[in-house]
Amino acid sequence: MSTIFHDSPAGRPATLSQRIISHGKYEASTMLRNGEQLVLMAVMPLLGLLALVATPLLDDMGHSRVAIAAPGILALCALSTAFTGQGIATGFDRRYGVLRFLSTTPLGKGGLIAGKVIAVLVVLLLQMVFISTVAAFMGWRPPLSGILLGIPLLILGAAAFTAIGLLIAGTVRPEATLAITNLGWILLAAVGGIVLPAGKFSSSMEAYVQWLPSGALGNLMRAALIESRLDVWGLIILLAWGVLATVAALKWFKWN
Amino acid sequence: MTNTLSPALVISGLIKDVGPVAGLDGRMKRVISNISLTAHFGAVTALLGANGAGKTTTIECAQGLQPRTGGEISLLGQDPHKADAGLRAKVGVMLQDGGLPPSARPIALLKHVASLYENPLSVSALVDRLGIGDFADTTIRRLSGGQKQRVALAASLIGNPEVLFLDEPSAGLDPQSRLMVFELIRELRDSGKAIILTTHLLDDAQRLADYVYIVDKGESVAEGTVQELLEQSTAALSKRALTFEASPQLDTEPLLRSGISCSESRPGSYTLTGELTPVDVGNFGAWCASNNIMPTSIHLASQSLEDVFLSISGAGAGNETRGNL
Repeated sequence: MSTIFHDSPAGRPATLSQRIISHGKYEASTMLRNGEQLVLMAVMPLLGLLALVATPLLDDMGHSRVAIAAPGILALCALSTAFTGQGIATGFDRRYGVLRFLSTTPLGKGGLIAGKVIAVLVVLLLQMVFISTVAAFMGWRPPLSGILLGIPLLILGAAAFTAIGLLIAGTVRPEATLAITNLGWILLAAVGGIVLPAGKFSSSMEAYVQWLPSGALGNLMRAALIESRLDVWGLIILLAWGVLATVAALKWFKWN
Repeated sequence: MTNTLSPALVISGLIKDVGPVAGLDGRMKRVISNISLTAHFGAVTALLGANGAGKTTTIECAQGLQPRTGGEISLLGQDPHKADAGLRAKVGVMLQDGGLPPSARPIALLKHVASLYENPLSVSALVDRLGIGDFADTTIRRLSGGQKQRVALAASLIGNPEVLFLDEPSAGLDPQSRLMVFELIRELRDSGKAIILTTHLLDDAQRLADYVYIVDKGESVAEGTVQELLEQSTAALSKRALTFEASPQLDTEPLLRSGISCSESRPGSYTLTGELTPVDVGNFGAWCASNNIMPTSIHLASQSLEDVFLSISGAGAGNETRGNL
């Protein structure tokens, strides 16, 4: 008879950092192996960038097409990965009891969320490198100060969209999460001020769209990467969305 | 180091409300009204009851997965709802629905779960022990129910826990896998672990459990060793059933006496029920001999935990529930 249970020491947890990093790696590899998510995270932003640079849509805005398009496309990456991708994955993890099982392991609920955030950041980093490299080949030369300002803003945007995605995934059925986050991605990408400034369409629309997290992140990224400027109003709006969504997710997220 | 003389799990007067429930005008529904149990190291403690009796809710409260409305729970001396990583590492959980991501491969998942522990069991040893090797690289969504069950069991064991919760561990298993899982559970018990399992299968409880709590409508209605429970119910003890198959439409009148009845459920299939004594069994043999009857099958059913359950819960004596509550 096997003695594997007799011969081994009783259960002890790995260190907190080991657990979180391990789960972050696992979540990131799961996201990167998912073909549908890759389309959402890489192919769609790339097509968006190519389309905006190839067409005259951005011609009358005072800067080169790629200079205006690239910041918005980077913000779109955060929306794709943190909101739609992570929201859908979490919704189905919840359906299959994966969240409940992992919360009984030493990882716990806090570690599980931290691992998901790490996975979002890892994937976002890969997206940034990919999109920035393509944009650079198209002539994008953002100022260094703008880059240093833009990176933490993009992380903040990812955090806010992760909280919103988790709020949806933790409160409605996975099929509804799938519908809401996909529809949300399409609407926010098209008219949410993330890829294109809402003022491009109409000033009345801009008045509404600036209050959306997408509009706020789009404006923040464009201000940072084009003018090396911090859009304080956009920062306040994005922070407010992040805080409200986090509080709501903590209150209403259902693990079962 | 855990004191193995103390109970691994103590639940006292557990109360659990869920809701608000639309059908109750938005009021809360009480699903557990009074459950108390104690589980010791080196023993298999079973919660036995019909579907919806409250078994899973009880152990999910004990695992810290659900908050309780009232009562006390002590898991390894701590409140499971406030469990830290140290406590969670000592507790293995196999959920009823598995909790496995469909897109994952068993070997990758087990390695990931192992990475959450300081000194996990060898993944390859566990894979071999549970016979997972043949499908270790197949995505979980393609596995059969029994294969998923084995992966979930392996995932619950990977940290070498001191306390193991198994929610319906034999559900969906083929007979061979079931025997293997039973053997593993006995081995885990013999290694000193506290095992708390739920089951609606009487046979599982009868074959595995050192101590059984019968749960009905959110209350623990009886407890004891299997033998003690059998002895608790004199009504169940006194009942036997002798079934036999022979030619149809036989005259069974000579077999009857007060308290003994005989029915022919289908042509040639007879059941003699009541407080059968050795004399009745002897009479049956003599009746066969004197009438030149050669039964094609004879079966004398002993009383089981099911009889006790039915006797205690008043769930009715329908044969359709035999072995599966």
